[in-house]
Amino acid sequence: MKKGTLKQILLITDGCSNKGEDPAATAALANQQGITVNVIGILDDDQTEDPQGLEEVEEIALSGGGVSQLVYKQSLSQTVQMVTKQAMTQTLQGFVNKELKQILGSNQSLEDLEPEKRGEIMEVVEDMGETCDLEVLVLVDTSASMHDKLPTVKEALIDLSISLNARIGRNRFCIFNFPGKRKDIQKVFDWSPKLDEVSTIFPELTSGGITPTGPAIRGAMYQFGKNYLRSFKDEDEPGMEEAWN
Amino acid sequence: MKMNQEWKKHGIELRPGMRIKGKWHKKSYVIKRKLGSGAIGAVYLCELNGKQAALKISDKGTSMTVEVNVLKSLKKVQGNRLGPYLLDVDDWISPHGTIYSFYVMEYLRGETMTSFINHHGREWIGVFMLQLLEDLERLHHSGWVFGDLKTENLLILHSPPRIRWVDVGGTTQIGRAIKEYTEFYDRGYWGLGSRRAEPSYDLFAFVMVFLHVYYPKRFEKSIQSEKTIFKKIDDVKSLSPYSYLLKKAILGKYQSSYQMKQELIDVLYRVQNRRRSKNKKKRKNTAPFIVEAGGITILAVSYYLFSLLL
Ligand SMILES: Nc1ncnc2c1ncn2[C@@H]1O[C@H](COP(=O)(O)OP(=O)(O)OP(=O)(O)O)[C@@H](O)[C@H]1O
Repeated sequence: MKKGTLKQILLITDGCSNKGEDPAATAALANQQGITVNVIGILDDDQTEDPQGLEEVEEIALSGGGVSQLVYKQSLSQTVQMVTKQAMTQTLQGFVNKELKQILGSNQSLEDLEPEKRGEIMEVVEDMGETCDLEVLVLVDTSASMHDKLPTVKEALIDLSISLNARIGRNRFCIFNFPGKRKDIQKVFDWSPKLDEVSTIFPELTSGGITPTGPAIRGAMYQFGKNYLRSFKDEDEPGMEEAWN
Repeated sequence: MKMNQEWKKHGIELRPGMRIKGKWHKKSYVIKRKLGSGAIGAVYLCELNGKQAALKISDKGTSMTVEVNVLKSLKKVQGNRLGPYLLDVDDWISPHGTIYSFYVMEYLRGETMTSFINHHGREWIGVFMLQLLEDLERLHHSGWVFGDLKTENLLILHSPPRIRWVDVGGTTQIGRAIKEYTEFYDRGYWGLGSRRAEPSYDLFAFVMVFLHVYYPKRFEKSIQSEKTIFKKIDDVKSLSPYSYLLKKAILGKYQSSYQMKQELIDVLYRVQNRRRSKNKKKRKNTAPFIVEAGGITILAVSYYLFSLLL
């Protein structure tokens, strides 16, 4: 099987969108383009695990083909990694399932195989997860309520980069925040293999109650095309991107 | 990395007396009681034809398959068993029609290392260090790293006391990204190394395991991780014979567990000799303890020499 690049948007937010198009719809669009949308909803310490206003989190991830999780600030690091890795496995397993259907017929999937065969296939999925290239665009909600959460977000992202950089495959990360000053999203940190120089990120917070999550996802989607031309250009064969489709 | 809420949300509770029959291999297990539960699933004591076993069940088929793969690879490693022995892998269809994955393994009955050392004395530290390093050596030798090495994943079996690994879900092939870890034991968290699977990754966690015995509530990270951990090592009198080794492992200075084990054996000999000579000088007041401690050390070393012959 050919090596490919997985593309993910990691949306980190603590509230509901209230401006522009439905974020679940833009997430579906992104998914159509081969980009997985993962969402992490940060809970305030006094919030229950079933809070109002965060129902959207699951919806966005579902239509974005990704994984979602609500979490308190304290476990953000672990959650960011879990969500990212789980989404990678999910995507890769999707590819494998597709191939399986071609080989074994339309109604066969991993669960229909006996445990022994499943084991062999999971080994292939794990191999791919270890060696594939990965691009993660982190999209951080920087509306006022996120203020006291941003230092933790930063730490979690650095930790994510430590974990992913232990893989054999290559990584590219970038960070955008929303809402931007005049645009939907604003670049905080350009595509780079590591996140450990992010000490100066998240400069100013946007005050006011606007959370244009839908337009932000749309904006984020376009950043992948740009990045692809630049980031891995020397090393990869052209057309590799299509390998997974 | 793993979230416990997940299990609560989708989990099943198996009641004692229930029968779990496999979809593929048709074996039927009777549930006795719950042994514990974690991020991926729940583990039950069960019975098949009058024999006890541990059954782990979960709705997370993918993660279960990954764990089973590890257990199968460990089966191939020669010598003493690393991790519980795998007996069966199957699916169970619940009365509601939901499919769960389960696997059945050897039931390990033992106590935690902390409680064992508290009951039987610190002389056992050296013994368990030696056993653990020896197991790690064999694991590393066959191309794997334990990954999520922590006190909770170790059990001490009785007569003779032997350290065993319970949860091997984090076991990762050397050179890859560590599959699963716990912050306190993770050198990446402390800023003292990468999360790439290397023998030195386990040796760092090894030190934290023995620190955890003396700091059951763990301790906080600071900017100067190295200094913090060194101070914690120095503050435990029972660890003083090993402090040089432990610090070296924290700094990632051992390339292999074999190397660390050799130095540990030297320390164990030295401790024993020093105790002997002290013993001669002031035999009257301290003799019983020294004889005991020395005896255990001899036991540890001869245990090791003996295992070489096997
Ligand atoms: N083979 C066994 N024999 C006896 N007890 C066992 C066995 N396997 C697991 N247990 C018990 O069940 C508990 C949970 O099992 P395990 O750690 O495998 O679950 P997990 O979902 O991987 O959890 P964790 O979050 O700790 O990784 C263990 O802490 C242990 O007490």
